Amino acid sequence: MTLDARIPSGPVAQKWDKHKFEMKLVNPANKRKYHVLVVGSGLAGASAAATMAELGYQVSCFCFQDSPRRAHSIAAQGGINAAKNYQNDGDSIYRLFYDTVKGGDFRAREANVYRLAQISVNIIDQCVAQGVPFAREYGGLLANRSFGGAQVSRTFYARGQTGQQLLLGAYQALEKEVAKGGVKMFARTEMLDLIQVGGRARGIVVRDLVSGKISSHVGDAVILATGGYGNVFYLSTNAKGSNTTAIWRAHKQGALFGNPCFTQIHPTCIPQSGDYQSKLTLMSESLRNDGRVWVPKREGDTRAPHLIPDAERDYYLERKYPSFGNLSPRDIASRAAKEACDSGRGVGPGGLGVYLDFRDAINRLGRDKIAERYGNLFEMYQRITDEDPYQVPMRIYPAVHYTMGGLWVDYNLMSTIPGLHVLGEANFSDHGANRLGASALMQGLADGYFIIPYTIGHYLAGTKLEPVSADHPDVRAAERAVEERTKRLLSIGGKRSAQSFHRELGRIMWDKCGMARDASGLREALQRIPALREEFWSNLTVPGSGAELNQSLEAAGRVADFLELAELMCTDALHREESCGGHFRTEHQTEDGEARRDDERFAYVAAWGHGGEGKAPVLHKEPLAFENVQLATRSYK
Amino acid sequence: MPMKLTLRVWRQAGPNADGAFREYQANDVSPDMSFLEMLDVVNEQLTAKGEVPIAFDHDCREGICGMCGLMINGSAHGPMPATTTCQLHMRSFADGETITIEPWRATAFPVLRDLCVDRSALDRIVQAGGFISVQTGNAPDGNALPVPKQDADAAMDAAACIGCGACVAACPNASASLFTAAKVAHLGFLPQGQPERYRRALKMVAQMDLEHFGGCTLFGECQEACPKEISIDTIGRMNKDYLTGMLFEPAENQKAAGAG
Repeated sequence: MTLDARIPSGPVAQKWDKHKFEMKLVNPANKRKYHVLVVGSGLAGASAAATMAELGYQVSCFCFQDSPRRAHSIAAQGGINAAKNYQNDGDSIYRLFYDTVKGGDFRAREANVYRLAQISVNIIDQCVAQGVPFAREYGGLLANRSFGGAQVSRTFYARGQTGQQLLLGAYQALEKEVAKGGVKMFARTEMLDLIQVGGRARGIVVRDLVSGKISSHVGDAVILATGGYGNVFYLSTNAKGSNTTAIWRAHKQGALFGNPCFTQIHPTCIPQSGDYQSKLTLMSESLRNDGRVWVPKREGDTRAPHLIPDAERDYYLERKYPSFGNLSPRDIASRAAKEACDSGRGVGPGGLGVYLDFRDAINRLGRDKIAERYGNLFEMYQRITDEDPYQVPMRIYPAVHYTMGGLWVDYNLMSTIPGLHVLGEANFSDHGANRLGASALMQGLADGYFIIPYTIGHYLAGTKLEPVSADHPDVRAAERAVEERTKRLLSIGGKRSAQSFHRELGRIMWDKCGMARDASGLREALQRIPALREEFWSNLTVPGSGAELNQSLEAAGRVADFLELAELMCTDALHREESCGGHFRTEHQTEDGEARRDDERFAYVAAWGHGGEGKAPVLHKEPLAFENVQLATRSYK
Repeated sequence: MPMKLTLRVWRQAGPNADGAFREYQANDVSPDMSFLEMLDVVNEQLTAKGEVPIAFDHDCREGICGMCGLMINGSAHGPMPATTTCQLHMRSFADGETITIEPWRATAFPVLRDLCVDRSALDRIVQAGGFISVQTGNAPDGNALPVPKQDADAAMDAAACIGCGACVAACPNASASLFTAAKVAHLGFLPQGQPERYRRALKMVAQMDLEHFGGCTLFGECQEACPKEISIDTIGRMNKDYLTGMLFEPAENQKAAGAG
């Protein structure tokens, strides 16, 4: 298979405008004849569904939660980037583009990233018009702050709830279209497989999570906006329900999976408190604007933090990266925390934590100012840990937060299955090997509001689509396959719950394919994961039946897919013999412990094809050309 | 110090089945566990015994998605103020305590199973008018229209609603007034929300009535239960917008409005 990313020709700054003109259009009167299925209702899915309905397409939208407003985009705290340069501090579309390519450690596609930076300015306008209550200055204009990894203030925010407010904007636009009849919303409905007819994505098989009924929906194109797969690690900052099933099922049907091992470990999360832990909670990295990260200089120093004088503290980010300091990008800050803890200087239970200290900021700005900026985050921290961060420094530790990898898509956001489009975190496209803070919201909304509404028209107008009825043999066959799989999960009759398998898988992944990876650990994981998967299929127990609301069954189906995805992630991590962004191979580091990239051999997207049951995945490469941003070693020193 | 607790949990096999309380022992509960993690542990034990675990809704487990919501000892989201169920920790309970756990109770929120209820009525209230009618692509520059900081802040206070339904569960009338008013206030505080302001209030209130939520008689239980501390003042604002709409909006918008 040759991978064609369909990147338009011409200078990078003109590609998108040129492409918009060259794409085919669907006549307004014909749009209502097309039916588009959107899976997921987060920023990408809700914005896509609402916008396509506004244009006149018939849209069906699906989410597993009880309401589209609950999608996990809602939990994003810090903000959304846009190259508005309202602060007059030297920002520009080109600079946002440059920062994102560099921040992604040169493993993203230039053309996509440039388009993202261009669209960023429209997103802010759109959201303001929808009534998103962004923070404002006294003059009534929009406020900005700087955010992890950026030297300009380009981040727009709504207190510590930016994701919530942006999602509510998209959700309200979606509900507006539901009311008008343009969107049919299916909540508590989970996609369990993709339906292809004639080599094109034409529908999905879903399970109604209340009645348990399995049924099919057919249409002219399918859009997956189902988020990331960080829950393969069991413990992550993702919502409990976030899963890989939709994209994994599509992958098994032929959609290539891009850079599956590129995982973002977020530096500022609340450390784990016990074995019962069900998820990890992120503390927005905006806290690093005013908080200073440190550990004691001396190993095994167990004094209370306020008893450790400044001279005996190691503000290691400020020491190692003086120009970025506490605002160093996420991958770098996470790894530095791991190093500090590995050297025996970690704080809190098990030594798995570092301090994030607001003492100096409170002295400088006053408690009120800090409360205004971070009040809700401080409350959340106190609620979880029972410690008051105004008095005692926060303890933080890195946790899995985001997956840069995802289904491979071309410039039109279409996967290698014609008609199957993938948006937001579910695709691999814009963040390379590391995502900068406040860029996920930007990408989700760029894809949904401003890219797919154009490219879907291009696909539909240029494709001859025969009508497919619900009783088409391929549709029936897909439905039967899902029914059989569900029956199989219910009939194993073993002893272990899906959750116990999930936990065990998570531990393997965190130890062997987490913040630091090496060949022997990855090889070990590649032995242990298939063995665990085998045990899963012979020793799983799922109480209850398929014909009812059954959360154990839901979990079992998702864990089954994670057990397969995990193997692909380790295979990808093993093959990529370099360190870049969030992928740190301990064999490939400089003398002072920084990532060593290998552009000669690895400046490509690893797009993996499913090899078939029990067979090795097949690697395809999309070479990455850097024509605008010069390949250079990332330095934040 | 691990705690021992007795749980009285509402079990109901389906929307049309009869429900009843069942008792479970939860031993070895860590005070640092969240309430939902405590239920996870109980569920793992039930699964090991071959029993059907307790169904409850949850997703983000960081207090923002609004999916979780349990009536705990008669209080929506339990005893702590400004806290969702997922953010409630077992240190808020005493060793040896008996805890009664129920689903949200309201005619408009039918029980689906055990502790899960159907809150789609809240989505339909938003569909009735909880938005600003702007199509993607036709927005002016974000700074074209200054918004006084105090208005932006007041809008944000109201917009913090997570749609969990605790206000309905806590209200003796099972009214959705706080939920509805929070959206009316959020959009009504902003200049962008002015063109549809009164029509929005009329339509959303009408839908609330259609969904069989009760009327508001200002008990104030809703704001006590609200995990995001939405103020009951928003209800006054909604009523004012509703009244203004009844006086000045065109007849067709008024016709859609209910009794309020």
